[in-house]
Amino acid sequence: MSDSSSRDSLLSDTDTPIRVVLAKLGLDGHDRGLKVVARTLRDAGMEVIYLGLRQTTDSIVAACEQEDADVIGLSMHNAGHLTLAPRMVQAVNDAGLDVPVVIGGIVPAEDVPILIDIGVAAVLGPGASAEEVVSAVRSVASRQAAAQ
Amino acid sequence: MVNPPSIDELFDSASGGDRRALGKLLTMVEQRGDAAAAVSEQAHRSAGRAKVVGVTGAPGAGKSTITGRLAATSGAARPAILAIDPSSPLTGGAILGDRIRMDNHVSSGAFIRSMATRGHPGGLAVAVPDAVRVLDAAGCDPIFVETVGVGQVEVSIAAAADTTVVVVTPGWGDAVQANKAGLLEVADIFVVNKADRPDARGARRDLELMLDLGHRGDWRAPIVLTTAIEGTGIDELWTEIERHTAHLHESGDLNRRRCRRRRDEVTDRIEVGLRDQVQRIISSESGEAALGRVDQHEISPATAAKLLLDALNPNNPCEGT
Repeated sequence: MSDSSSRDSLLSDTDTPIRVVLAKLGLDGHDRGLKVVARTLRDAGMEVIYLGLRQTTDSIVAACEQEDADVIGLSMHNAGHLTLAPRMVQAVNDAGLDVPVVIGGIVPAEDVPILIDIGVAAVLGPGASAEEVVSAVRSVASRQAAAQ
Repeated sequence: MVNPPSIDELFDSASGGDRRALGKLLTMVEQRGDAAAAVSEQAHRSAGRAKVVGVTGAPGAGKSTITGRLAATSGAARPAILAIDPSSPLTGGAILGDRIRMDNHVSSGAFIRSMATRGHPGGLAVAVPDAVRVLDAAGCDPIFVETVGVGQVEVSIAAAADTTVVVVTPGWGDAVQANKAGLLEVADIFVVNKADRPDARGARRDLELMLDLGHRGDWRAPIVLTTAIEGTGIDELWTEIERHTAHLHESGDLNRRRCRRRRDEVTDRIEVGLRDQVQRIISSESGEAALGRVDQHEISPATAAKLLLDALNPNNPCEGT
């Protein structure tokens, strides 16, 4: 997942930090992991716009537009990922945004290809290290920057 | 890929209420450089219409909740909020968490943008006025600027507004603390938030006492008690903000304030530019050489600084040491 050359170019082309919107969608109160991720990304030099609990696809899209976010990070711990992730991707596409969606949380291995297939940019499971989280976010952000 | 939209096109879209275009313009002014200058130039031509309200106070005083409520209470079609949080000085990253206190109250309409301080010395003093200018030019009104009231820069940013609201809470310390923080001087309106707590009256009394000792001009800062989480007192606060706006218009202070603000901004920009130059000199070859000589005790730091300053400005050598 790690792509050091594009990461370096991302940092040198502009000294603008990667801006990440972090949220939990719908009814899911497990936000401790998301808070750890927020801290991890901050410590990696990113700007984290923390929306926290009980967001809707509309509120996340609005935040992305207003904050000019580079990446959306969604935390899912209520087994709703197969329902909610497609709605999020759809909402992002409907708004005409080019913002990759990264899912973190409890996602069974067999569901990962399904999520990737519907347009989720990356899935980070419970074992993901801080480095993996950071490099996944950097990688999807730089892919996006290169495509634009 | 299609060509990215021009700055004119972005402004047209943003003025029509396009959140994405406005978001992009704000990113451009945050990045500094040529694009930022062009956006600022364009924005300045049509800016100056919006009411700008600064909100500052200690961490956890309830600024974000109050600001979110105010945006809703204003009844404006397109209020905007600029919420500023510190960047980590070590990594440059930031956790911008003000939206979670706002979104619940601002169901629609308000444009909320989080800004990190990004570690540029004095950078905020440059980026924030430009961001306000862009929001203004895009038709947002009123514009709320929220900063943590610790440190001179943050306080001065919230103070660079038409109306500055200072938020305190019961038990925050006595008025001597407010004096120390420099908050008393900048407050046009005081809010004692969390007024459902014991000793809210005590906090108010303390402020009254301090105001009795004297205040700027003919405006005495009113003190409003709020319980922002329940929405109590927000109507009264908005009424006081409007009363202050009327006072600014009647007294002519509005023009004077804005005039001073623009002058301060030019000064700040020159300072930021000079600081960049200083950084360049220090890291240049002659800078390294001079620093090396200082390390070897060949020349004093004062002499090194003088040498480098003269090199920076050969036609106008620095006088004295």
